[in-house]
Amino acid sequence: MADNNTILEVKNLKQHFKVNKNFTVKAVDGISFNIHEGETFGLVGESGSGKSTTGRSIIRLYKPTSGDVFFKGQRISDQLDSKTTKTLRTQIQMIFQDPMASLNPRKKVMDIVAEGIDNFELYKNKAEREQLVYQILERVGLSKEHAKRYPHQFSGGQRQRVGIARAMIMNPELIIADEAISALDVSIQAQVVNLMKEIQEESGIAYLFIAHDLSMVKYISDRIGVLHLGHLVEMGTTDDIFKRPIHPYTKSLLSAIPKPNPKVEKESTPITYNYETSGIDYTQGLSHEVEKGHFVLGTDDEITQWKSASQIGG
Amino acid sequence: MEVRFLENDFVRSYKKYSSAVEVEGISESFSKDVLRRFTRNKGAVIGCLSIFLIIVMSLFGPYINSHTYKSIIIEHSSLPPKVPVLQNIGIADGVIDGRDIYLEKGFEDIAYIFGTDTLGRDLWTRTWVGTRISLYIAGLAMFIDMIIGMSYGLVSGFFGGKVDIAMQRFIEILSGIPNMVIVTLLVFILKPGIMSITVALLIKGWIGMSRVVRAQVLKLKEQEFILASRTLGTSNRKIIFNEVLPNILGQVIIMSMFSIPNAIFMESFLAFIGLGLQAPLASLGVLISEGFKSFLVFPYMVAIPTIVLAILMLSFTVMADGLRDAFDPKMKEM
Amino acid sequence: MENNILTIRNLDISFTTSSGSINVIRGIDLDLKKGETVAIVGESGSGKSVTVKAVMGILSNNGVINDGSIHYNYLDDHGNATQRDIVGMRQKDIRKEISGKRIAMVFQDPMTSLNPTMNIGNQIIEGMRQHYKTPKKEARAKAEELLSLVGIDNPKKRMKQFPNELSGGMRQRVVIAIALSCDPEILICDEPTTALDVTVQAKILELIKAIQLKTKVSVVYITHDLGVVAKVADYVAVMYAGRIIEKGTIDDIFYSPRHPYTWGLLSSIPDIDNFEEKLYSIPGNPINLMNKFEGDAFAPRNEYALNIDHRVEPPMINVGGRHEVASWLAHEKAPVLEMPASLKRRIENMLKEGY
Repeated sequence: MADNNTILEVKNLKQHFKVNKNFTVKAVDGISFNIHEGETFGLVGESGSGKSTTGRSIIRLYKPTSGDVFFKGQRISDQLDSKTTKTLRTQIQMIFQDPMASLNPRKKVMDIVAEGIDNFELYKNKAEREQLVYQILERVGLSKEHAKRYPHQFSGGQRQRVGIARAMIMNPELIIADEAISALDVSIQAQVVNLMKEIQEESGIAYLFIAHDLSMVKYISDRIGVLHLGHLVEMGTTDDIFKRPIHPYTKSLLSAIPKPNPKVEKESTPITYNYETSGIDYTQGLSHEVEKGHFVLGTDDEITQWKSASQIGG
Repeated sequence: MEVRFLENDFVRSYKKYSSAVEVEGISESFSKDVLRRFTRNKGAVIGCLSIFLIIVMSLFGPYINSHTYKSIIIEHSSLPPKVPVLQNIGIADGVIDGRDIYLEKGFEDIAYIFGTDTLGRDLWTRTWVGTRISLYIAGLAMFIDMIIGMSYGLVSGFFGGKVDIAMQRFIEILSGIPNMVIVTLLVFILKPGIMSITVALLIKGWIGMSRVVRAQVLKLKEQEFILASRTLGTSNRKIIFNEVLPNILGQVIIMSMFSIPNAIFMESFLAFIGLGLQAPLASLGVLISEGFKSFLVFPYMVAIPTIVLAILMLSFTVMADGLRDAFDPKMKEM
Repeated sequence: MENNILTIRNLDISFTTSSGSINVIRGIDLDLKKGETVAIVGESGSGKSVTVKAVMGILSNNGVINDGSIHYNYLDDHGNATQRDIVGMRQKDIRKEISGKRIAMVFQDPMTSLNPTMNIGNQIIEGMRQHYKTPKKEARAKAEELLSLVGIDNPKKRMKQFPNELSGGMRQRVVIAIALSCDPEILICDEPTTALDVTVQAKILELIKAIQLKTKVSVVYITHDLGVVAKVADYVAVMYAGRIIEKGTIDDIFYSPRHPYTWGLLSSIPDIDNFEEKLYSIPGNPINLMNKFEGDAFAPRNEYALNIDHRVEPPMINVGGRHEVASWLAHEKAPVLEMPASLKRRIENMLKEGY
């Protein structure tokens, strides 16, 4: 149910790609979730789960095959008129994964960051344009001098900051971070994630944080959705997912994360989960609310079975 | 290892991290970078200079003497090259098989730097006028490649879908028609001359370039910075000109440079087989064709235009090669 | 030095690039004991891959070994104990004696490690035929055994398949099978699971552990993921800017780290079990070795730096057993500095968990 401070509503989103006459890839096959003002929603999954596709469908890099996406009440999943286009292109922004490929190597940082405000003429004159860019660069931990430089003169972490600046300068309400830290060194990941958190505290931005690294997702997210093969198998608060996982896929995902604790890690064996042989069919499952705000995809029998295995509601 | 310790060595320094430490060198634009790398490549620079020299010669060479490219002085036919200064050392002294031809014919006080052809026309003037034609072809080829070829490939690759399929099918049909057929048809309709060659190039010369550009654009289209532009609301036109174009321009320039030797050679070849420019017009190919007839007796008539042609083609190739290396930022990231 | 199978001393390597010469490995000492797994941990630019490439003799053409030795102790073809310095060996000899035969390597990207035009069976057999002239029938039988060993079902069928018919995880298993085909003594894994999903990674790590138990092969494991290190390693070397800045047993490194960079690395991993307010991050970016610097390469980013760190690069100091640190903090003259409080708490929690 959408409440007053829901800014993004995704309802039964499907994104299919037709490869040829006989074969369609169902990258996203019917997922629903909401994001509230100022919260971070982590979308986790492995390769082929459909997490990146979800982000790109929401921001209309693809036209959704079916389903609805509402942003602050406006439908952005269908035909777009100029008003919705403007809302979409200013208030929802994206940060990409590859720091090398996400910046145009032939453009100066100044022009890269100002691209959005250039498109919508959000300033009066050149001086104001420069000011806006300098301000945002400083906000993300870079300096004015960096504006005159070219991407190849920066490190991966710095490039990612430029990407964040480019998104932030538009003052969006929602930023979709599509594996925004996966390609960075571990120590730099922590920097960038901290920056994102700071920005959120200051400006109340919401994040859709798409990632495969569960430990980072845990640190930054308020709520988490677990994707597998285009289906949202479990969704809840960070606590729900990490402390009381129900779905066997979620459990296997959690147990697979290697912890930096030798005594524990050396003894542990990961829980295996094989969808093909598990007897589970995601298309037959429905979303069940097992505790407040905690949803699991499955048939009634499966849910009962799993709940008793996890001792919930007992 | 001996280390001399100072008094407060083992005290915490409390130096705050400053990002000023990471000055990454002067902010160099891509083009300056390319220029720097290009000028370091000696071969490329020599090629570039040769082309420049040849251009200068072709523009001003013919005015050095009073002959025009078609002025016939039949008495002066088949005179070997005689260069006023060099003749004293024994090169280009108007001598063939030990016989001073100028002396024999009684023309001691005149000199033709490149000699004359069988009709008594000054080869110096004809060579340089002919080079103008070749350079015109070079410029035309580059122009067609870049304007038609690049635009076609850009549109086809960027918009994809049905547009792309239609445009590619068209090219496939076009490229299926052999060059010789087109040229012959054109010669038939337009009569041999510079017009028919121009049209021939216009029809098919750009196909290779459009394919390469299309491939580049397809690759670029999925790059994240293009996606970023779309999420920022940038219009297609702006994306094509500001994001895609600057990233393929390098490749385009290089590829069109590489197509120049082929175009020049095509013109020469057509002239050689009689389908190109006709006499008295001069082009390098025409000169080679005419000179070829007297090859065994007066080798200079074919040698000189051939050498100029070879230098021209080689220079373009070497320069294009150097440009390609200059554009390729291999060790940019360590 | 006893039961050392690989002894690296003072290794110093430079690369010549269009912008000049870069000293990427600046003096490394490392030992690998028989049956042990050594993990080399570092971020990009630390030099971890270059080090193992030097061991395998596959340093790229513009790389020059300026100094140092890599002594490898092994039994030659006649069963005699030999020791050779890989640094001095000719390419020809390395290929004949070492690569693939006694020291095998598993690379990061399973897509590009396999030849797309050759079927799986032939790729596994290749090494055996090359090094031991194993007859085809015998080699094929062994290849099928290896496929089972690495957990691939239906080996007979898989032998005829091509790499593009397999998933990423399966491809990596095949790569491991190829590496094991000549019964190597040393297995070098260069980020073998970085490109794989975490559930697939978990299975591959279990596989490597199991293989090690069975064949007693010694492993050098390169990674940037400390969780993976915790799982597989006995001994750890942490690299930064071309040097090993701390090395020790796995317990040394995880429970009593001494170098501020190690502290930083351990702290910047979110604690999956406990809630934390703020994630610690090391300020700044990894150093660019193209620029000249004085003293410790890590000093500009080190909030625990002493004045001498900006002047003189610290030597390797032994702090107990096999635990060594390249930090002036370990020097007798240095003030006693504790690791950050949050890290200390985290380690205490981890130790409690283990019981």
